[in-house]
Amino acid sequence: MSEPFIHLAGVKKVYRTRGVEFLAVSEVTFDVEAGELAALVGPSGCGKTTLLKILAGLHTHESGEVRIGSSRQPFDPSRDIGMVFQQPLLLKWRRVIDNVLLPAEILGLPMTASRNRAHDLLGLVGLKGSEDKYPYELSGGMQQRAAIARALIHDPKLILMDEPFGALDALTREKMNLELLRIWHEARKTIVFVTHGITEAVFLGTRVVVLTAGPARMADNFRVDLPHPRTLDLKTSEKFGEYSRRIYRLLGME
Amino acid sequence: MSGNRETLQRYALAVLSHLLLVAAWHFFVVLGEVPKFVMPSPYATVHALLVPNYRWIENILVTSTEIFGGYILAVVIGIGIALLFSWFRTLEMLAMPLLVSLNMIPKVALGPLIIVWFSYGIGPNLMMAFAICFFPIVLTTARGLREVEPDLLDLVRTLKGSRWQIFTKIQLPGALPYIFSGMKVAAILAVAGAIVGEFLGSDRGLGYLMLQVQVTLDTAAMFMAVILITLIGMVLYGLVLGLERMLVVRDARIQ
Repeated sequence: MSEPFIHLAGVKKVYRTRGVEFLAVSEVTFDVEAGELAALVGPSGCGKTTLLKILAGLHTHESGEVRIGSSRQPFDPSRDIGMVFQQPLLLKWRRVIDNVLLPAEILGLPMTASRNRAHDLLGLVGLKGSEDKYPYELSGGMQQRAAIARALIHDPKLILMDEPFGALDALTREKMNLELLRIWHEARKTIVFVTHGITEAVFLGTRVVVLTAGPARMADNFRVDLPHPRTLDLKTSEKFGEYSRRIYRLLGME
Repeated sequence: MSGNRETLQRYALAVLSHLLLVAAWHFFVVLGEVPKFVMPSPYATVHALLVPNYRWIENILVTSTEIFGGYILAVVIGIGIALLFSWFRTLEMLAMPLLVSLNMIPKVALGPLIIVWFSYGIGPNLMMAFAICFFPIVLTTARGLREVEPDLLDLVRTLKGSRWQIFTKIQLPGALPYIFSGMKVAAILAVAGAIVGEFLGSDRGLGYLMLQVQVTLDTAAMFMAVILITLIGMVLYGLVLGLERMLVVRDARIQ
């Protein structure tokens, strides 16, 4: 077996507030191969965002092993992470193209090359022609596309997404799911995607990690054996239903 | 271009309402046969400008210096202190409550003290304008600098961005709309501060002139002085608005 890109084993995280301990994450063990799209799914309070922040290096963990990168794909934590949040968090005073360039500026990357790359990425996410607009001129879905382009600008190996389509309306969300699959396919990145949408997790993921709340722990981790490229009619297939039911059961909803 | 026509219409209506006020004023005085010392006509008010003894130009320059000087000082020091607060949290916790308490002092009540300490003239009046408009600027700037999305900070942290980068790329530009909202409030207060200063003690300026002509009941000159003070305030406010338009993207402006 080849060396995984992300390796987590027995990861545990405890928060302490005023002497009271609160278990945020426990018994989390899973591997993600390079180029996979791993969906972390679970209810609020299951620790999925905490787990994402541990992967991002923003949180420390209590015990267990967290390793990112392999000998074939070395990982530099300061420039190999791209982040997308539930809110687009574009800087209101910057044009779309300059918003996309923010990580490049922070990392001190050569600007001319980055600007060209930003143009290409805006084309990739379907925002060609919106380069010089301000965020308020874009719809929520378009803003989130810009945020995805921003996460890709420094060509990171790992993209971490925290419920990126959670604030969008249902139709736009479906559309963005298809768009994300297309972008993922073209950009060839490893993506860890946090969601509380069960069908979203199955539809997007090559792998689904199920987390439960109270107590916070990992309930399941499985590969999703559905063909690529994925289309919407897949959602009505027998296999898709089986995967979804499996998650519903684990979350005690059946 | 319906947008252009609408803009034109808006300007026309704004000018109209001002003209209507002047017309109403004129007819009220003329038809009501109001005595001149109670309320002069618009014509008599403008006519007051011709009295050379009132040294309008000099008085306008003095009052403008007090207003603009006090205001600019308040902007520079106010923003400076708010920046220090955002860089040194302990300093903010130490000094902010004190500033809030000091702000409760009615600045006007300090007037007699300022005269005792600094005598009277442009300097002390400038300080009065400063004192009255300094605090809103500190408060709004400090608030603006605090309002940073935590997720945005996380984004910069994953890229190992420096505190300076967070400040220049996110915090400061994000605080600009707040700074301008404070500056707009302060612009109006600065005018009031300078005039109160002149009332309390001065030998020049439009406020001083008003006290002089009050004795002779030259109400027309008092009216003119009020109009000129208002115009100075409008120029200051207009400059701040123009600067805001240049620096702050439309959507981010605080109305």
